[in-house]
Amino acid sequence: MSPQFTSPGAHSSSPTFSSSSSSSSSSFSSASDRRLNALVRHLATEESSPMDSISASPTSAHADSVFAHVVRGPEDPILGVTVAYNKDHSPHKLNLGVGAYRTEEGKPLVLNVVRKAEQNLVNDMSRVKEYLPIVGLADFNKLSARLILGADSPAIQENRVTTVQCLSGTGSLRVGGEFLARHYHERTIYIPQPTWGNHTKVFTLAGLSVKTYRYYDPATRGLNFQGLLEDLGSAPAGAVVLLHACAHNPTGVDPTLEQWEQIRQLMRSRALLPFFDSAYQGFASGSLDADAQSVRRFAADGGELLLAQSYAKNMGLYGERVGALSIVLKTAEVASKVESQLKLVIRPMYSNPPIHGASIVATILKDRDLFNEWTIELKAMADRIISMRHQLFDSLRAKGTPGDWSHIIKQIGMFTFTGLNPEQVAFMTKEYHIYMTSDGRISMAGLSSRTVPHLTEAIHAAVTRVA
Amino acid sequence: MNMEYLPMGGSVKMVEETLKLAYGETSEFLKDKRIATVQSLSGTGACRLFADFQKRFRPDSQIYIPVPTWANHHNIWRDAQVPQRTYHYYHPETKGLDFAGLIDDIKNAPSGSFFLLHACAHNPTGVDPSEEQWKDISYQIKGKGHFAFFDMAYQGFASGDPEKDAKAIRIFLEDGHLIGISQSYAKNMGLYGQRVGCLSLLCEDEKQAVAVKSQLQQLARPMYSNPPVHGPLIVSTILGDPDLKNLWLREVKEMADRIIGMRTALRENLEKLGSPLSWEHMTNQIGMFCYSGMTPEQVDRLTNEFHIYLTRNGRISMAGVTTGNVAYLANAIHEVTKSA
Repeated sequence: MSPQFTSPGAHSSSPTFSSSSSSSSSSFSSASDRRLNALVRHLATEESSPMDSISASPTSAHADSVFAHVVRGPEDPILGVTVAYNKDHSPHKLNLGVGAYRTEEGKPLVLNVVRKAEQNLVNDMSRVKEYLPIVGLADFNKLSARLILGADSPAIQENRVTTVQCLSGTGSLRVGGEFLARHYHERTIYIPQPTWGNHTKVFTLAGLSVKTYRYYDPATRGLNFQGLLEDLGSAPAGAVVLLHACAHNPTGVDPTLEQWEQIRQLMRSRALLPFFDSAYQGFASGSLDADAQSVRRFAADGGELLLAQSYAKNMGLYGERVGALSIVLKTAEVASKVESQLKLVIRPMYSNPPIHGASIVATILKDRDLFNEWTIELKAMADRIISMRHQLFDSLRAKGTPGDWSHIIKQIGMFTFTGLNPEQVAFMTKEYHIYMTSDGRISMAGLSSRTVPHLTEAIHAAVTRVA
Repeated sequence: MNMEYLPMGGSVKMVEETLKLAYGETSEFLKDKRIATVQSLSGTGACRLFADFQKRFRPDSQIYIPVPTWANHHNIWRDAQVPQRTYHYYHPETKGLDFAGLIDDIKNAPSGSFFLLHACAHNPTGVDPSEEQWKDISYQIKGKGHFAFFDMAYQGFASGDPEKDAKAIRIFLEDGHLIGISQSYAKNMGLYGQRVGCLSLLCEDEKQAVAVKSQLQQLARPMYSNPPVHGPLIVSTILGDPDLKNLWLREVKEMADRIIGMRTALRENLEKLGSPLSWEHMTNQIGMFCYSGMTPEQVDRLTNEFHIYLTRNGRISMAGVTTGNVAYLANAIHEVTKSA
């Protein structure tokens, strides 16, 4: 049995009201009129589907959300520390949570050379804000590859490296991970235990499955080298292995050069594919070249590797999201094909990368004077952190705090894995207003000469009063 | 001003101003905090975050995409692993909207489907529904309980008036839809390479908005951690200052007017040349692109004989037309179409 009309779109002779046709002007004068008419039509039509009863009725204020079942996600553990810190009103509070550099005065730092470069860019009226190519700023890419691999790198000279600008380290890891999930025969990546909290999520969402290899030894607060070799030795041939190029996050524990050499030999003998995360080049030891040694040795043996670079810390460009993914391949031909596939990953993710931060980096890297200025400012940041390590160590020793605290000066980079347990950490937060992640990781960048004594007090109390 | 990390959801100031543009300066939804929003990597990033969110929380769903659409839309939902369907949109014979086909497809889609709509200045055709047609589309979509996701990449850039260009969205809001919107500042503020945009989802209440936003952040964190700081700083500086905002409104109108002027000029030139074809669609269509109706063969001739470059579907970017070249272009188009 057919109703008097078929739909509001088609013109019809409905007995009770005038319907609107598809092209002529509507007879509705207001939203409520429209709703009333819709209700009448709704009641009259045979065509309403079983689903659109009450919740989809045009007369209700709004239908049920199709996302009503979405629950609130968990707070990010690292960023949550700063949230808690901000809520604290104590004048003695200390934020040793997030990994961003702070000056002696506890302030964020924009490098002078960055300000200079940025000013040059802004003053240049010939510059435009057009889209970058999908792979990003060409100069930036070339210079970034040279920075990490070395200007004399055979891989670069032989055009075997493809570099694409990405959204800092995170973006580089994600794009690399997606590429591997699509084009590599081994879908498992081995990450060190522990590692940066976001690594697992990045690779999982990229489509890889994540396994771990032993890395940190709580007993020595150093490297569990035996465990590392065993675990990599028993990984399936060809598996991907994530390596922190320097200044391991969160432990600050790095292999020695001899140990790196053993790792390299083992990995190459099992065709394990290295994926380096280089977030601290120059920031760890103060020397760009020294901090690149692990990567360069792998690249020098002619083998292939992936490499995520970030300028967040070493150029202080955190929020600008500047980074690069480089892949070293066997031949130039493969490199070119790989690049075309990287573009296909990037285009549906964000089309092309942001221009501002990469332009700052390129400006600095290509100018000899600016580059030198940068290395000086970079060394100053690294030196301040190293000095904080020594101050804290000396202070704990002077206080006679029980335990061996030499790991503080043996570890490198922004973070120290103190070895404090979650109860001790909670105690330090509650009694001394010291904020850090519950794994006992402290950001040395958040310390100053002024606050070292307070931290020493807190650690001493935690170690002597809390099991 | 420093370069510290933004929160995962991006610049709060920029996002606030951006929502005002889409939802209305005094929108009750803003007051009631019902909108879950995150700063995104321009329009692409907003669409991708939404597609990933759709996959995660409505894994059974698919997306209906207009024919034709911006090519990257297909890539985005494909990479998010959301199955795609299409709906009728462009009518080649009229070079206008296939309204009946569109409505049919809305009605035939299973209830609760997800529909991608271009809020204004449809890319690539330049064909937009009229206000009345939008009202009907809204009604039909509501009746089937479909979810409407708007890609708004040209607010202000289409007609010259941001409020006018948001009309479709306002109609849907008035009708009680809980919509999603992707917004981009690439064209209307010329911030192309800065990658500034915003994804928003209107929720039932504040609690839900908080939950949805937290989940959007969970998707952004493993993609790029937090969005770039520079571009949004420009946006919030402009929109947060009345004088700068007025200057922007004037400049965006200038851009839109120039393009509208070129549409008129090109059409008039063709008519003056005595073209046997109708070029009405050139001024009916809106935004950056004109779907000329030329065949691939005619396009090839334009390129080979006249050194004019455009995509083979006959889409002309009106932004590339100037008073300096419009006569030349009209002449070339006339040459390749006069015996059609």
